[in-house]
Amino acid sequence: MRSAPQPVPRAPEPVVAGTREIEVTPCPNGPLLVRGADAVRDADGRAHQVTRPVVAVCACDKSQRLPWCDGTHKVIPRK
Amino acid sequence: MQLPLERGPLSAGVIDALSGRADLDGDRLVALVHDLPEHVDPTTDDDFHVALWVAYELHYLGFEDVAESWEWDPELIRVRRELESVFEAELRRRTADQVRRALEADGDVASRLFDLTEAFDGPSLARFIQREATREQFLEFMVHRSIYHLKESDPASWVIPRITGKPKAALVELQYDEYGAGRPDRLHATMFGDALEACGLDREYGGYIDQVPGYTLASNNAMSLLGLNRRLRAAAMGHLGAFEATSSLPCRRFAGAIRRLGLDEKAAEYFDEHVEADAVHEQLALRDICAALVDQEPTLLTDVFFGAAVCLSRDVVTAEQMLSAWQRGESTLRAVDAEAVA
Repeated sequence: MRSAPQPVPRAPEPVVAGTREIEVTPCPNGPLLVRGADAVRDADGRAHQVTRPVVAVCACDKSQRLPWCDGTHKVIPRK
Repeated sequence: MQLPLERGPLSAGVIDALSGRADLDGDRLVALVHDLPEHVDPTTDDDFHVALWVAYELHYLGFEDVAESWEWDPELIRVRRELESVFEAELRRRTADQVRRALEADGDVASRLFDLTEAFDGPSLARFIQREATREQFLEFMVHRSIYHLKESDPASWVIPRITGKPKAALVELQYDEYGAGRPDRLHATMFGDALEACGLDREYGGYIDQVPGYTLASNNAMSLLGLNRRLRAAAMGHLGAFEATSSLPCRRFAGAIRRLGLDEKAAEYFDEHVEADAVHEQLALRDICAALVDQEPTLLTDVFFGAAVCLSRDVVTAEQMLSAWQRGESTLRAVDAEAVA
């Protein structure tokens, strides 16, 4: 599990249209890898379409491309 | 693609043979490589890397008017292997310290790889491009990048049949995304072609080979070296991991430069895509490919670090060379004599 998350991330909500299983893998000090979702809903409830086989969902809340990870977590000092 | 122009005796020996102007004199070329003069740096030399690049390109898209059978010509393979062995030995020598430190470090494989990406000191090309590069300098940067990005991800694909299980599934998952996830217009190589075109540059594969210096060809050759040799499969994956893990943040800077310079927004799309894609790919490459590969075969650890260090050390060379040329007020590209082309 992630040690020391920054401000508690508002849990992104993977959305699926069918009955596929959604797989969510947390990366230590990094994003959540999500497989099998059709869309991811952000904190404001807006759905963002998934267009690649795996998506990285921001878990530090500092990304400039929310809800997606943009690598910004790497420049935030780890606690 | 046409054969490139020669830049010395090694590249001339290979190119003349492929174009049918002369027989391939393997003994002479192998001896030349073996007895490379002291001042020739096999990690940046123009002649050396044009010769090697041509030998490798026969395995990718080949050249117009060059018989496809050259790909497996034993004499040419012998020359290529000599070039490869000198190049690899020098890459290993130059990355030995970082590889040793990574081997001695604590932590799991993925976190040691992430740490390794931060262990290379060099000037930041991305920061300079974001903040200061002129339009002309940015276009030069795109020309350098075109050599790899027009065949983006292809060198890593050689590894797919050479690994099994979890790392194989993850590599294919990553490559599927690189190759547009079923949409030809989203092939990353095609998107880079679109970006070149949006910048008013030539999108033709290999179109800028004669303009780019040896160090840029060498970075590409390093990827082919690791990809085409099964014994180096772990190094190829380490290279992929380090490449992906040092991409998202610089790509954001490159997109920023495009907007600052007022270039066509279409050119920024490629880099925007890579901010997101590579934030996924770095996790896949380091955790599900590199770490998983080492789980299967622990003896591969050294080569995973070696490959990562090759990628990172090449980036340092590129940044140093480009920034120092620009500081001197020079172009980073080679002037090509129009008559020589004709």
